[in-house]
Amino acid sequence: MTEKERASARKGSADTYPAGSPRNRWLPEGRRGPMPWIIAIIIFLTLLAGAAALGLAHALIQMRGELAGGYTIQVIEPNAERRAAQVARITAYLKTERTVRTVAVVPERQLREQIEPWIGTGTEPGELPIPALIDVDLEPGTQPGRIASIERTVTAIAPGARVDAHERYLAPVEQLMRTLMWLAAALVAMMTAVTAAVVMLVARSSYETHRATIDVIHLLGATDLQIARLFQRRIALDVLFGALIGTAAAVSVLWFMGRSLAATGADMAMMISVPWRLTPLLLAIPILSLLLAATTARITVKRALERTL
Amino acid sequence: MSNIIQFENIGLRYGADAEVLSDINFSLATSGFYFLTGASGAGKTSLLRLLYLVQRPTRGVLKLFGEDVVMMHRSRLPGFRRRIGVVFQDFRLVPHLSAFDNVALPLRVSGMNEREIAGPVEEMLEWVGLGGRFGALPASLSGGEQQRVAIARAVIGRPDILVADEPTGNVDPDMAKRLLGLFEALNRLGTTVVIATHDLPLISQIPGAQLMRLDRGRLTDPTGGLRFPPGTSTVAAGEGRPLGKPE
Repeated sequence: MTEKERASARKGSADTYPAGSPRNRWLPEGRRGPMPWIIAIIIFLTLLAGAAALGLAHALIQMRGELAGGYTIQVIEPNAERRAAQVARITAYLKTERTVRTVAVVPERQLREQIEPWIGTGTEPGELPIPALIDVDLEPGTQPGRIASIERTVTAIAPGARVDAHERYLAPVEQLMRTLMWLAAALVAMMTAVTAAVVMLVARSSYETHRATIDVIHLLGATDLQIARLFQRRIALDVLFGALIGTAAAVSVLWFMGRSLAATGADMAMMISVPWRLTPLLLAIPILSLLLAATTARITVKRALERTL
Repeated sequence: MSNIIQFENIGLRYGADAEVLSDINFSLATSGFYFLTGASGAGKTSLLRLLYLVQRPTRGVLKLFGEDVVMMHRSRLPGFRRRIGVVFQDFRLVPHLSAFDNVALPLRVSGMNEREIAGPVEEMLEWVGLGGRFGALPASLSGGEQQRVAIARAVIGRPDILVADEPTGNVDPDMAKRLLGLFEALNRLGTTVVIATHDLPLISQIPGAQLMRLDRGRLTDPTGGLRFPPGTSTVAAGEGRPLGKPE
């Protein structure tokens, strides 16, 4: 047989398959089935849940940073002169306190403007007594004992004064955000478990489907690892395909949601965003899913093979 | 001559059923040529399954290449299997792989470089008369052609032991003779050949070959119909070793 004839024979005809296929095509490369699409949906949902967890964590940190050390002192004294004197004494004291970063008395005009929707306009100053407010910012890391001492001094100066930590106002919101954050993180964990379970089922089913071929390859001396790698490669390709689709869809949705949140202009909405420096964490999800799928496929097939001789 | 295969008091049962092989004792010499005969259901396939390591015996000692494979850890078995070529009665070709790829499979499994595979595989396929069908899928090949691909696959790696179950059952007499010539050539190169067959004319074509006969799971006396060249021996039931030169 000439070299030309050999080449022609190797190429095959309509009922043939190109010869000399690479060693990793021992299993048929047929239709992929629904696996990539299932993985795409899982990755899409995992990325959304992951983005929610990271966004909420970021918002919590931001919120804590902004509220930490912020206090409002409410001086409740009906007599305007006495109230002004108490405010002056408290302000003077706070300015000498080294843990106090800033002290600002909220102007009475501003307070009246804020309560105008309820009491209307036309009231003269002093006609309707309203409490005086002092905004205080403490140095970060001020010890609770020091804060309690300041509070005692303030109430000694003005017995009717109330010292409110800003953190206290938003405690229920913070609690809700924390709960949602952990819920989102739990969803990421559950989706990861689902990915592993889907891969395990697909690997087992694929193993059973190709059992006859595997038996032959096994008989020819293939090791468990060689056979497991065949499945690992196929499943990794499916997961890669699904991960690319899922990631593309999730990035599109997150970008759109980011724009929508920014358009609201609300501080809280702006806080719930994934900062650029945290995006690698989000993008690690499809990569880790791919590694998880490949490892799960390998372990599943190796365990199935270990049940044979 | 050293023994490449040794069965000592081998018994095999499937589940709780009665033994399909009982008290099998024999030794096969390196480079020997052996035929295994017996009626259907005598246990030939079970004995071959023990030989090509898809089954462990339920009792006894089975030594291959001088090592007991009964208690051997399964991670060591692939190395042994690569030294054994098997021709199955039902061929067991991989349906989605071409004739070329089916024959190349043992070489690829053993990790041979892709560039070194084409030459020997093409040569082997040409030798079994399939020079023009390298790319043909098994489904497009006749029974005889499939059998020849199966034989080519079994011998391509120059195994130390060749186990064949009715290897000439689907080919014409000329091709049967040709394939037997291939087994003989391989045997001359040092391969121990074990062929299970009902084909008595085939057995008579190999001078010096030895005969094992299975009857209801037990190895019985050889027929004596074979000619034994000087220096060889026959295998008999219960001896656990070759009998020595016949009188």
